[in-house]
Formats: sequence, C-alpha cells, structure tokens
Amino acid sequence: MPQDRDIAIDVQGAVKRYGTFTALKTISLSIRDNEFFTLLGPSGCGKTTLLRMIAGFEDVTEGAIYLYGDEIDTLPPHKRPVNTVFQNYALFPHMTVLDNVGFGLEMLGKSKAEARARAGEVLEMVQLSQFAARKPSQLSGGQQQRVALARALAPRPKVLLLDEPLSALDLKLRKAMQVELKHLQRETGITFIFVTHDQEEALTMSDRIAVMSAGELQQLGEAREIYEHPRNVFVADFIGDTNLMEVTVDAVSNGRAQCHLGGGHRLTCDAVDGIGPGAKVHMSLRPERLFLSADPVADESLKGRVREMIYIGTDIATIVDLDGGPQFTVRSSNSSRGNARIFEPGTEVAVNMEQGAARLLID
Amino acid sequence: MAKPYDLRRYPGFFAITLLCLVILYAPLVVVAVYSFNDSPSITIWEGFSLRWYVDVFTGPESGKFKEAAWNSFVIAITAATTATIIATLAATAVLRAGTFRLRTVSIGMISLPLMVPEIVTAVATLIFFNAIAIERGLMTILLAHIAFCIPFAYMPISARMQGIEATYEQAAMDLYATKRQAFTRILLPLMMPGIVSGFILAFIISLDDFIITNFVKGAGVETLPTAIFGAVKQGIKPNIMAISTLLLAVSIVMVALSWLIGRRDPAEGR
Repeated sequence: MPQDRDIAIDVQGAVKRYGTFTALKTISLSIRDNEFFTLLGPSGCGKTTLLRMIAGFEDVTEGAIYLYGDEIDTLPPHKRPVNTVFQNYALFPHMTVLDNVGFGLEMLGKSKAEARARAGEVLEMVQLSQFAARKPSQLSGGQQQRVALARALAPRPKVLLLDEPLSALDLKLRKAMQVELKHLQRETGITFIFVTHDQEEALTMSDRIAVMSAGELQQLGEAREIYEHPRNVFVADFIGDTNLMEVTVDAVSNGRAQCHLGGGHRLTCDAVDGIGPGAKVHMSLRPERLFLSADPVADESLKGRVREMIYIGTDIATIVDLDGGPQFTVRSSNSSRGNARIFEPGTEVAVNMEQGAARLLID
Repeated sequence: MAKPYDLRRYPGFFAITLLCLVILYAPLVVVAVYSFNDSPSITIWEGFSLRWYVDVFTGPESGKFKEAAWNSFVIAITAATTATIIATLAATAVLRAGTFRLRTVSIGMISLPLMVPEIVTAVATLIFFNAIAIERGLMTILLAHIAFCIPFAYMPISARMQGIEATYEQAAMDLYATKRQAFTRILLPLMMPGIVSGFILAFIISLDDFIITNFVKGAGVETLPTAIFGAVKQGIKPNIMAISTLLLAVSIVMVALSWLIGRRDPAEGR
C-alpha cells in the first residue's frame, strides 16, 4: 500500500466492466500532489468513467484507488474528500448561488452562518460576489460555470475533479476560463484532475497528461513530451496535426534508423527500441517542423510539387505531393520570416525537416 | 402577421373551435345559469334569485347534503394525501433505484388502473371487501379512494421527476450529502410542483367519484355525488343545479391553484 504523501491519487490496476463490456482495462497511474493532471482522449475512451470511479459514482470492478494513501474505492461518494465540477454544472436550481456554494460545508456539519461566510469568500475568489442572491437560471453559462467551480472548491477538497467543464462555453470564454482554472489551481494548491477531449486545452493547462483510448492508457507525460515524443500512432495522431507516413526501416546503426517511404524517398531519424531493420511502421512528421525551399538544403530533402496553399491566419499550410509518393502538409507561420517559405500551387519545391522532426512510432 | 403554418389560417378553424367549445361548455353554462333561476321548474326562467343556494344550506335536504359534503371532503383530503405519499415513493423507486427486476412490470401495474373500466374496479373492490368481511362504511370508501387515486397522483409526479436529471443528486452526494439528504434537500423540493399537481388531481378525482363509491359505501353513508344521485332519483330540482355549480366552482379553484403552483417553478428566481 502506498504511503507517499506526494501522491494525491493512486490508481492501481483499476478495471471497469459493465456486464461483458470492458470500459476500462487495468489502468494504473499516480497523480501527484498539487498537480494539474489531465485525462485526455476521444469520447468513449474511459476518461469520464475513471473520473467517476474516483468520485464514487461508479464501482471499481477490480483494482483499488488510494487518496493520499487511504483506500477510497469502497467509500460512498459523500465520504470521499473530493469534489466534482460536473459537465452540465448541476447547480441546484431551487437554491441561490450563495446556498449552492455553501451546500457542501453545510452537509459537513458547519453552521449555516459559517457555510455562508466561506461561500462568500469563495464567490469573491471567482469574482461573483454580486450574484450571491441570484438563482442559477439568472446567470450566463460562463457565470454558472464559475459557480460550479466555487461550489466544488468551497469545502476545500483534497482533490478537485473536473468533467469537461469548459465544453459548453464558446471559444473566447473557454480560453479565458482555461487561464482562470490554471490560476485557481496554483492559488489554492489543490490537485486538479481535468477530463477533456480537447487536446489543445490539455496541452495548454496541464502539468501532466494521460492520453487514453479504448479504455487503455496510451501515454502519460508532460505536454511537451507527449507532443514531441508520442509513443505510438494513436498519440501522434490524436495530439495536434501530423503527417503520418508508412515507412520501411532499412538499417539501424549508432542509434539512427535509415528508412524509406513510398516513391523511394529516404529519411534518417532516431532509432526506437523494438523497431529493427525490415520493420514496416509509421513515422510522424509534425507540419510545423518541416519547411519548404526552392532547392534542396540537405541530402535528405524530399522533392515534390505544391498542390494547395491554405490560409489559416496565424499560419499558412502548404500541401505538397512528393514525387511518386505520399502527400505532406507543411506549416509555416504567417510572418515575414515564414513568408519566405511560401510557394504557389504548381511550384516544384523541396520539403526539408528540422533536426528530430521525424519520429518512428510503434503501432 | 400570421406565420406560414399558423393553424388559424386553415379554413373552418374558427367554426370547429366554436363547435367544440359549445359542446364542452354549454351544458355547464346551462346548469350554472339555471341554478340562479327563481322557479321550481328546471326549464322555465322566471328571473334571478339565490333561493336555491339558500335551499341547499337551509332547505329540507340541507342536513343530508352537509353530511355528504363533509364526508366527501374528509375522504378526498385523506385519500389524496395518502395516495400522493405512496405515488411519490413509487416514482422515486421506479425512476431513481436504477434497473431492478420487475421494474417495467411495476410501471405497468401502477398505471393499469387508469385503463380498467371503472365499473370493473368497482365490482372487484366490492367483492374484495366482502371476501375479507370488512363492514361497508366510510372506511371502505376511503380505502377504495386511496387505491384508485394512486395512478392519478403518480402521473404528474413521475413526469416531473423524469425531467430532473440524476446529476443533481450526484452533485449533492459529491458535496457530502447522504442519500437521504440528497432526497430531502434536492430531489423533493424540485419535485414539489409535480407533487402538488398530483395531490390536486387525486383530490378532484376522489371528490367527484360516483361509481366505485356507490358500490363500496355502506347503507346510509353518502358522499356528495351519491347524495346528489339519490336526490335526482326523486326528480331534478333546481337545488341540484345549485349544488352542482358549487362543486364546479370548487373544481375550478383547485385547477387554477394547481396551474398557478405549477407555473411557479422553484428554479426561477423571484
């Protein structure tokens, strides 16, 4: 049994089955104290199921969950010192904002006056003091979201669980709330476990991210690690945009792998354990790590012809057909420096890559 | 400006609406108007008078009517209260206890009495009371009323509860409320408009029930509908119209009350 006080939530071999359907296949992960931790994955990957298991709304079929060393998976929800921000907020419609926020404290046996005082404090923290006497239906979506946050923070939970809390907000408000959430987490020092399907949101906010798919943990690491060193095809494809190429490994030497892709184009990249000569695997090339030039700048530049140019705003994406082979997307920033690398459709170009841009992936 | 699919633009809309309203309300209006007739005849208008209302309260039959009205009122209040409590618990079990064996059967069993012809229920109830050798009187009327009021109370209560997402109770339990506290503090207040509607519906159904009451009541025990029926058998006098109008007024007040309470959603701020 783990006794480490630095581990807020320890999930050990947690399995969730509904009849014959397995929603979660033996997940083990440790969430550190005072960490902004994100469970990221497409819908149906089991991220919300795992969150609900921590909150106590789902039984754990097998395995165990520890909160700062204490096993909690057998406790009913009201005995777990964790609070949840629900996706649809679930604010009590018949209570005022102040009573909503004070509800948890009242249930913990605090006096009504004490609960209200603390609720007022937390409302101030989320800048909603002037709405204390209103009913939730009289607030905007963004304000309701902040009330839900205040309600969950008021009892000072050991861990705060957030179930896609920003998904109902419009883009601008969502961006603002991302910053505010991150700020609140730092200020309160409470461990946040955040569930989202939005990879950009996850990259922006998280200290560490657990990427999940089909009930399994695909990769766990810091944002940069997951983006730049995806472990497998799913992670590379799900996080950000990438050029996913089928390649054949020709030789491995000195930690470098020589590969070729369709059309006979040759590439060299870092070798990966378990991928040897003759292997047919996938390679990920991030579009922003590639650049175009009129003439090849290196031996390994790939020759092709521009098919299309897409104006995105901050960036310009160029789609290039390689000679006799696959298609590439190359992104360059829409700046005077980047503009030098923009070519009109039909132009012959060379696709060049920065150091470490190509990564071999296990399937 | 009428919208493209405005019903009012269909030919004959006005005529059909008028016809329906006349068929529905003309008899009621006739009874209400003639209750103020200053004539012992029920068909000849002889001028406005309150004499039949006075007759209801002080006339030769007033004692009988007062006792019957009191019985009706006591039975309706007791039956509606009991049925509402049972229906609330039933709705909670069916809609909040997850899936359990016989859940679908339970839902059917609760609403089936609405579809059984009342005369069948009446005969069955009478046979049941005879079988268990219970003496017929106020108690048998009350028991029968509680039974047939349950599905009427259940309908608005379960409809309301279906509209309340389970996440409210989950949020309450997440915030350290026990199951019981989640029910009393969150679910019950949110259900209140449905519970009030259920109670009022059950109250009105009980108040005007005739068939079942007539079967299970003991000799000499009358409710208002059976008393009215008894009086009508002697020939219709205008005092019957007065008493019917009073009953109608009670119903209108109750329905209006139910509507006003249902409209005042606790979720809305005041």
